[in-house]
Amino acid sequence: MAKTPLQFRHNGREVAIFVDGGTNLLVALRELIGDMTPKFGCGQGGCGTCSVLIDGELHLSCLTLAETVTGRSVETLDGIKDGPNLHPLQRAFADNFAAQCGYCTPGMLMAAKALLDRNPSPSRDEVVEAISGNICRCTGYEPIINAVLAAASGGRARA
Amino acid sequence: MPVTVKTFTSTNEAAAALSSDRSARYLGGGTLVMRALNEGDISISTVVRASDHALTRIDTGGSRITLGAGVTYARILADRDLGFLHAPARSIGGPAVRNMGTVGGNLFAPNPYGDFTVAMLALDAVVSVQGGLGSREVPIEEFLQSRDRQAGTLVLAISFAKPGNAEAFRYRKIARIKPKGGAVITLAAYLPVNGSRIVGARVALGSMAPTPIRARAAERALEGRSLDASTIDAAAAAAVEGTSPSDSAIASAWYRREIVSVHLKRLLSGQE
Amino acid sequence: MLELRKDLFADERDDNLKEIGKGTQRQDMLGHVTGTSPYFDDHKLQGMLHLKVVRSEHSHARLRRVDTSEAERSQGVRRIIRGSDVPHNLNTLLSLINFGKDDEPSLAVDKVRYKGEPIVAIVADSPREAFEAIAKVKIDYEPLPAVFDVEDALKPGAPVVNEVYPKNTFTYHETYDRQQLRFGDVDRALASADHVLEQRYQMSPIEHAPTETNGSIAAPDTNGRYIVYTSTQALFFSVDTCAKILDVPSNTFHFIGGTVGGGFGGKVDTLTEPLCILGAMLTGRPVRYVFGREEEMQYGPPRGAERIYIKDGVMRDGRVVARKVRAYFDSGAYTRLSSYAAVKCAAHLPGPYTIPNVYGDIYCVFTNRTPATAMRGFGVTAMDFAIECQMDKLAHLVGMDPMEFRILNSYRDGDMKAHRREAKNTALIECVQVAAEKAKWPLRDEFKRMSSRKDGGGIRAAVTLTPRETHAPPAAALQQRTTYDRAPAATREPPPPPSPPPPSSPPTPRPNAPAHGAARFSSVFGTRRR
Repeated sequence: MAKTPLQFRHNGREVAIFVDGGTNLLVALRELIGDMTPKFGCGQGGCGTCSVLIDGELHLSCLTLAETVTGRSVETLDGIKDGPNLHPLQRAFADNFAAQCGYCTPGMLMAAKALLDRNPSPSRDEVVEAISGNICRCTGYEPIINAVLAAASGGRARA
Repeated sequence: MPVTVKTFTSTNEAAAALSSDRSARYLGGGTLVMRALNEGDISISTVVRASDHALTRIDTGGSRITLGAGVTYARILADRDLGFLHAPARSIGGPAVRNMGTVGGNLFAPNPYGDFTVAMLALDAVVSVQGGLGSREVPIEEFLQSRDRQAGTLVLAISFAKPGNAEAFRYRKIARIKPKGGAVITLAAYLPVNGSRIVGARVALGSMAPTPIRARAAERALEGRSLDASTIDAAAAAAVEGTSPSDSAIASAWYRREIVSVHLKRLLSGQE
Repeated sequence: MLELRKDLFADERDDNLKEIGKGTQRQDMLGHVTGTSPYFDDHKLQGMLHLKVVRSEHSHARLRRVDTSEAERSQGVRRIIRGSDVPHNLNTLLSLINFGKDDEPSLAVDKVRYKGEPIVAIVADSPREAFEAIAKVKIDYEPLPAVFDVEDALKPGAPVVNEVYPKNTFTYHETYDRQQLRFGDVDRALASADHVLEQRYQMSPIEHAPTETNGSIAAPDTNGRYIVYTSTQALFFSVDTCAKILDVPSNTFHFIGGTVGGGFGGKVDTLTEPLCILGAMLTGRPVRYVFGREEEMQYGPPRGAERIYIKDGVMRDGRVVARKVRAYFDSGAYTRLSSYAAVKCAAHLPGPYTIPNVYGDIYCVFTNRTPATAMRGFGVTAMDFAIECQMDKLAHLVGMDPMEFRILNSYRDGDMKAHRREAKNTALIECVQVAAEKAKWPLRDEFKRMSSRKDGGGIRAAVTLTPRETHAPPAAALQQRTTYDRAPAATREPPPPPSPPPPSSPPTPRPNAPAHGAARFSSVFGTRRR
């Protein structure tokens, strides 16, 4: 089977892999690069658990043809820690009980990061909108929304 | 047979690759084609892409607005000149889907998706497709009627006359999940007013037939009248005429028929 | 926010608690927020193959011929698995606790009983190649009449869904086609009630829709065993189920699980592990079998549908004096856990109310729908929905406030429940009082003063006169024996006779010990007093 070479930045590091035709970015990240943080939930764009940032924009890795990220920058949950320290969003999710089974958490965190990167003090409605493509089936959304608001600068909602 | 990806710089070559291979699909934002591949659709063995920048252009300069087929909903939401289209663009997916999904792909999105196309139908858009010798213009209604046969067609752009007045365009999507979810039904109306009378009314419905359709009977009830309570009632009563909704996990055909007049009434009377 | 009402039942508790009422961090939280919690699919193994199944296109059909010859030659295919390759191709989940007959194959052989039932498994180098091979499997179906409605399934002449249960009902104690509850004389009480209300309720199947779909990865280990990463919610249950189906000792497997991406009851059926392990056994390679989202939604087992009829007798003063319930649990094509749901339902009747005459018939019915399974309170949830709708309607019927109506009928400590156990640790009255307070719902003072600990027992502890039913229940076929049954058939006790007190015995107030073998269900629920 013919393979296509593919080079991109993965969490700030240059990576190069060969992909089969039609491979999606989620499979490329998980199986070829070994970054297991984005998860498969539906393969359809319905759940958001595979969410990653491509050049800072929120994308669904399962619906992204791997070779379209050539030369671009892909950021996953694996890349958001600052050395040994948790990202403020990770800390806030932990402190606010915003994860139960944990499966939606990587996508939720990336969706939240996409929001806070461009809007450091969002309103509650803006948080709801930002995670509206991400499904959680366990904790309910309230603790997640509270965690994002807590992580946002000042930690206070504008309502 | 494994999947082959073919990327072309020119739309002409991409169109040729598409039309010569029944197993080829054009990849726009990925929300339809990648989804099909993920679910094991082996009828697709060639994925065609085109990198022509014209596909992602937005042109709002003249009397007609042109959206390249590869324009995403996020781009529309970022464009102030397209404010009247923000409601349909925002009603689709979450932020990630809006960063990926394109207006060209939306023409092919099956129920309960394809909300943006409902808006385009109400605006009586024209679809530019790549033909053998350059582009060809197809009225959107005609395009949708023959959508089953368009899998090998490369859509270049979609264009429509700029509404004289942004208020004339109205849009409403009914979903069970807020703020995101597949449509129970989708409604869009374009109601230009001349003096106090509606001239050239267009009402489009999504999820009320296999593809988005125009509600002709409702349009006739609106045409030439002022938008008062009795006109609204008459249009709402006629909304279901000519529709053929299906049962789905989101709603039954019966339910869709029951609510379409309710929501058309709310759309026309400006209720939230 | 969490509020502990320590004023209630304060004298019954040791409140010197170290954990309850205090926030405690989950031990897996750090893994969750860093994306490093190990789900089954987070294991990348060298040379891993991919398993997909061919699913039935029909809800009910005989399999005339299954031709895999072209699929076997398809590119990338390592192995085709058929029913005949499965060592013990018939199982029922609860056989591990000796409950029910083996009724479900891992791969259908002669017949399919629901749309989406697995028929052939294909192990290939890539998911794409497995999908391509699936398209090359030729199946000649002979469609059979299908039944999708629980009551239709019980009509004479209905299609037989599962030959193991030819009457389309699960068989309890090798004899009974339903769970029965008989307490007092419900028909007489209905005849003398001021009002009678009969209603029909039903609930559709509900899909758990976990964000992680069902799946597993099995790989040969270096010591002759198999390592299995799985999404199961019931790890030891899955180990033993696989041991039975694959006919090997359970220590053949090293199961690794525990981190589950949402289950809610939908990951207890051991759906993927047996075929996944068998694939690894037959190819000598790691094999991954993961449901796609459509498979999960369409063919993963849901909470089963239920249909419930309730006929209640109520007096003008608000006392419910009779409750007659007929309920049908839609098990789908196979038993899985629905037999247990019906038992739970019968044990739950008539809800948390003291009603002197209760009659219940609860059926576990087979239809050609997707097999149902556990989900969050299954057996009780829909019945509670029906009972509470009914309570609102009864309150309306007698012109009472619905909250006060519930308080009036709530069971209290010392009351006799319909399955002849004394009610203890009851707290419904306090629950309703607090709910009313929170909702700013006005209650009259006399109802505010009522207590679960007052006015119970006495006449409310009576086991009311229960007429004996004359007709003998129809005998069912003998239980199928398997090596997993704990005792040989001959040594089994005959089924206990339905054993209400004889009709001549007068109502006995407050017996000292629970009679009628109810102690079998001895309390796994803690005692507050006593």
